[in-house]
Amino acid sequence: MSLVFAGALSHAPGITGRAGRADPSLRASFYANLDRMRVALEAQRPDALVVIGAEHFANFFMNNMPSLCVGMADSYSGPIEEEGWLGIKRHKVPGAPELSQRLIVEMMQDVDLAYAQEWQFDHGIMVPLHFLTPQYELPVVPVNINCQGPPLIPLARCWAFGRALRRACDRAAERIAVVSTGGISHWPATPDSGKINEQWDREFLAKFLDNRRAELLAYTDEETHRDAGQGGFEIRTFVALAGCTEGSKAELWFYAPIPIFAVGCTVAVVRL
Amino acid sequence: MSLYYVQKLLFQLNRDPLVRKRYEADLDGLLQEYELTPEERTAIRSPDIGLLYVMGVNGQLLMHYAALRGFEWDAYIAALREGERRYGPVRTGLYVRARTAGS
Repeated sequence: MSLVFAGALSHAPGITGRAGRADPSLRASFYANLDRMRVALEAQRPDALVVIGAEHFANFFMNNMPSLCVGMADSYSGPIEEEGWLGIKRHKVPGAPELSQRLIVEMMQDVDLAYAQEWQFDHGIMVPLHFLTPQYELPVVPVNINCQGPPLIPLARCWAFGRALRRACDRAAERIAVVSTGGISHWPATPDSGKINEQWDREFLAKFLDNRRAELLAYTDEETHRDAGQGGFEIRTFVALAGCTEGSKAELWFYAPIPIFAVGCTVAVVRL
Repeated sequence: MSLYYVQKLLFQLNRDPLVRKRYEADLDGLLQEYELTPEERTAIRSPDIGLLYVMGVNGQLLMHYAALRGFEWDAYIAALREGERRYGPVRTGLYVRARTAGS
């Protein structure tokens, strides 16, 4: 089969961990669209879910930092954070090791990857799974793009990765769903937490929704850091998804800055 | 600068239950295993969350250490602001504030 679903969503830990402190109507609307994404995902009857995330030092550290890493484990666990802090209970998440390996081997024709047979999920993957696969039954193939410890992979290489992922999915017999999860502008875990550059976010999202490759790849890290904060480096996850869905446009189901969640909360689905 | 080892200690503390146990049982012994300056050692032990932030510790590591030491979210953010007020701007890493032209 191939790619049957593609979307992008936010993963900030406040979405679940500080849920009670957000504007109730905004939160309800955001949660409703996350649930709408779950329904749309389930309607495609995927065999596996690839999650392109940007973790925050749960597994990967500067002693041996991969730019791109793909999970190949039998199962995963998370969250690594305190359950009370994140508002998500610890779960075992099924992997898809055989599919992972086929995707990795295929992608390695085009891009250099690390792989991992051990992986603990942090909020970066657990928050999306909490909303999209609340029973934690759908096998997951995690992907990490290093957006935390520079030097960071160039955006053009993220696009190339996404394209390689698509080619690998197209060669697989399984029905594969892909979601990317990252922030747009945000300054998480700093004194500026809660600051959101809505105008920058909306300009970026317009380019993402239209799959405008040249414009997406034109951002420099210097500009992103200045206008969108260090959290803005996570646009790499959007760029990878855009590469994976090259030529397809996406719909924005929800976008709103929710300061206590420290990010412009986003739900977008690609029209494949 | 041994910022790398400050961050490595916090990384291991966040993810490894055995390191967490050692932290609770023998903090001095654990600290000796990392190449840290006296200032870094004191900041971890105190803890001086604001100073660790100003030293350049990544917030994705630091917020979990702060939570471990009993800082609720608002107290964590307040500690970072207090750090900048007491010790000046962040010295290195991702949180160095962009300089305006001429500064």
